[in-house]
Amino acid sequence: MTAAVQPALTIRGLTKSFPGIRAVDGVSCDVYPGEIFGLVGPDGAGKTTTLRMLAGVMPPDQGSATVAGSDVVHDPEAAKHDLSYMPQRFGLYEDLTVDENIRFYGDLFGVRANERRARSAQLLEAAGMSEFRKRLAGKLSGGMKQKLGLVCALIHHPKVILLDEPTTGVDPVSRRDFWRILYNLIAEGVAILTSTAYLDEAERCHRVALMHEGKLLFLDTPAKLKSGFAKGVLAILSSDARRMKEELKRVEGISSLVLTGDGVHVVIEDPVRRIPQIKAQLVSAQVPFSEMRQVVPTIEDLFVDAVTSGRSGGQG
Amino acid sequence: MNHDARSVVVEELVKRFGDFTAVDHINLETRKGEIFGFLGPNGAGKSTTIRMLCGLLTPTSGRAIVAGYDVAHDPESVRQNIGYMSQRFSLYNDLRVIENLRLFAGLYDVPRSLVEERIAWALEMANLRGQEKLITGTLPGGWKQRLALGCALLHRPTIIFLDEPTSGVDPISRRQFWDLIHRMSGEGVTVFVTTHYMEEAEYCNRLAMIYRGSMVALGTPTELKHKYMKGELLLVECEPLGPAVEALGSAPDVVDAAVFGNALHLVVGNAETAIPAITEFLRKREINVTDVEKIQPSLEDVFVSLTSEHDPSRNLAVQA
Amino acid sequence: MNPNRLAAIATKEIIHIRRDVRSLIIVVLMPAILVLLFGYGVSLDLKHLPVYVFDRNGTQASQDLLKRFQSSNYFRIAKVANSYPELAQAIDSGKATLAIIIPHDFSERLHDGGPVEIQAIVDASDDNTANLAVGYAQGVLQGYSSDLQVEWRERRGLPRQFVPLSTEVRTWFNEDLESSAFIVPGVLALVMTVIGAFLTSLTVAREWERGTMEQLISTPVTALEIMLGKLLPYFVIGMVDVGLSTALAVYWFRIPFRGTIATLFLSSALFLIVMLLLGFFISVIAKTQLAASQIALIVTFLPAFLLSGFLFAIEQMPVFIQYVTRVLPARYYVSALKNIFLKGTPVEMLYADLLPLAVFALVLVLLATRAFKKKLA
Repeated sequence: MTAAVQPALTIRGLTKSFPGIRAVDGVSCDVYPGEIFGLVGPDGAGKTTTLRMLAGVMPPDQGSATVAGSDVVHDPEAAKHDLSYMPQRFGLYEDLTVDENIRFYGDLFGVRANERRARSAQLLEAAGMSEFRKRLAGKLSGGMKQKLGLVCALIHHPKVILLDEPTTGVDPVSRRDFWRILYNLIAEGVAILTSTAYLDEAERCHRVALMHEGKLLFLDTPAKLKSGFAKGVLAILSSDARRMKEELKRVEGISSLVLTGDGVHVVIEDPVRRIPQIKAQLVSAQVPFSEMRQVVPTIEDLFVDAVTSGRSGGQG
Repeated sequence: MNHDARSVVVEELVKRFGDFTAVDHINLETRKGEIFGFLGPNGAGKSTTIRMLCGLLTPTSGRAIVAGYDVAHDPESVRQNIGYMSQRFSLYNDLRVIENLRLFAGLYDVPRSLVEERIAWALEMANLRGQEKLITGTLPGGWKQRLALGCALLHRPTIIFLDEPTSGVDPISRRQFWDLIHRMSGEGVTVFVTTHYMEEAEYCNRLAMIYRGSMVALGTPTELKHKYMKGELLLVECEPLGPAVEALGSAPDVVDAAVFGNALHLVVGNAETAIPAITEFLRKREINVTDVEKIQPSLEDVFVSLTSEHDPSRNLAVQA
Repeated sequence: MNPNRLAAIATKEIIHIRRDVRSLIIVVLMPAILVLLFGYGVSLDLKHLPVYVFDRNGTQASQDLLKRFQSSNYFRIAKVANSYPELAQAIDSGKATLAIIIPHDFSERLHDGGPVEIQAIVDASDDNTANLAVGYAQGVLQGYSSDLQVEWRERRGLPRQFVPLSTEVRTWFNEDLESSAFIVPGVLALVMTVIGAFLTSLTVAREWERGTMEQLISTPVTALEIMLGKLLPYFVIGMVDVGLSTALAVYWFRIPFRGTIATLFLSSALFLIVMLLLGFFISVIAKTQLAASQIALIVTFLPAFLLSGFLFAIEQMPVFIQYVTRVLPARYYVSALKNIFLKGTPVEMLYADLLPLAVFALVLVLLATRAFKKKLA
């Protein structure tokens, strides 16, 4: 993203507290047209509250936010024409058909009928849902519901799209359709802010911000986040992973050990140089292992390392 | 681990609701102390299978033996020997930690003389000692999960069924929880996990992938990634992405092409021959290729590959 | 206010009603069911009570008396019996509500100037019906005896004289007749309450509950458009139901309708608007369908049923309760309906009923628009 392009979404010091908890704590970031920005974090990190404030349905306590050139804090209604928000819960009417839902949202945004028909045909085709137009929304599968939600959210050509955990509970195939539609929107210059609890999904975003306890921990492209991770990850396969994990606890300099189904992930600095030493340790302890190699750290590895070592980088 | 002891045996299990076949001839076995994952999207037949295994639904045909009892003939004995935990519904939020434990001890009919000892054990295991008086609803997500697990284990079942136990939990709590699960399995408890959540599946010893009622794959996570993926996965970094993905749809040897963040994921028949061919193919079309490399498929890649093959009505080719 | 968005909300609301069997039944069948229920429930008790007679006299005079029973609307001579046991059995089995025994010396004693005792046996298992039956029977007898007296006096050239008791009994009849005539129009108030307050109290709460409201308020639609769009379909339905219920009352139950249709619809529209706004307001503050329906039941339906003067006269309530009824919109509507149906009061004379309704509407508009915010808590 070049600096010359104006951000579609500007967030500065956004803060919201509920009794006993600071749900969102001074969040600042920019999202540019043609970008998918991922807000990544576990349940309760403050993702939904952030999106609600940006969608103009919840007033913030402090801070400012501009969506498509309108100030959502002072004039939440102004931005709503250029904005689309898909809440976490399926926000469509289950007793209306696919077409009726699309029509309803088209009418609310003042989309002309012929324009709506062309756009919805195109979007439904991309969603693989053309044959379900007469079906009641309540009778759709989880994945289809989410795709319908997206179609309704896009019917008026919004400039900014806010998606709250859009792919939770969606089967992987529908999830791919979903992301394909999002990628196609990029060409239209739309700015997309999506939240997700799936850390693996963060890798699909152009830039990600990791959110934890209301604050942003990191903010960068997934590749840069990973290459900036000073430590490395070794994957060791073993038929007795539990014993191996116990044994590896004796090795110095390991910052974390994660049991997986068929082995252990070891987070350690300079992993390749440490391989011989670790191998020797396991051989002498007679722990069986079949494979040991360095793997690319996942966003989850980064997240856990950041939170456990109390480090808070990026904008906080 | 005793590899001969089978804790769950499922043979040709079928469940129909009217015309709809929810579970279609499923076969599987779990070993004692194994963490067995049952992976599939919502609506694939996971819950129906679990309900049959817990003796809550009668199979239409086929057989399922759980903890040595036939679920169709002796569902009561099955229920006494299993534990069940789902993230959402098992705990009463308005009760204290200790009250939830006492309630579940009562529900599972734990002998009076053993109740205090078992509760102490569960608190210890769940790392909740000293928190007995807290109201359950106020606990952080990870604690609730450990408490729910403690409640489900009070009667010391030999098999425990977990339904998406860590979806949406923060990664640290999730790792702690799975450490706990691995410990239970070390003590010989069979753990049967159902999930649609690929990240959770990675923690299982073995996995069955289920799609539209049928089992489409079975193996360890590593086996699945190597054996079941039709073709190999390439990561292509190039610029611009849009025209590239469009062009690659018609490129020879490309099974699937999808945008993935700032790069493309390609499924190809053979990575070694495809890497130079793809590079050449894109260069000819004036697309600037910065990197092409073979990457390990994720479980999700495997799943998509398997289900698209399983379901010919779906066109997974690139849509421009 | 954007007419397209308003239409979008209203259209969606109509689809909801059409697809929901429960609300469809309430909207279409409930008015008819309520009119029939109250229409028959009240008038059946008053008319054609089965009577067994045992005429031991068998003269012209005794036949005259029995004819009076037969010709009254209240009784129907089901059978002429021949023995006491037959009467007893008819009462026991419920075939007769009343049995009349005319003594064997009826005409002789009458001729001698009385007194004559007519024996009546009444089935008192239903207290209310028994009282009515006895009352009517006394009325018939009094009427007969005063006519005889008039005849007797005339024959002897004496001045006419009425027995006060008989007059009193007739008043009692008339009052009952009148109440049955306004109970059916009173049903209109119930119908409007259910359509207006009860159904609409669910609409906003349902959207909060199902999570659709969050998406709705993220669109440019305004709070006023949501409110009017949601209420408009129910307003139309309510007015159609007013027509249906009135037609049923007038053409089926022959209830007198002395006012004008325009006055009826104007008053009904005003009351319906009050109810719709109240329902919307309840829906906004309740946020769940269960709470909304409970509040609607307590705040609107029960008072409309018990305190509006529709079943029980307000003047006979304890003074404190009479004051309470003054804040009930239903009370003014029921009063307006009585005036329109029975007296034909023109609209300009109805200000005492319609003005309070207008005030309620104004207050509720303010409350509802203030309470409904396009915001999450």
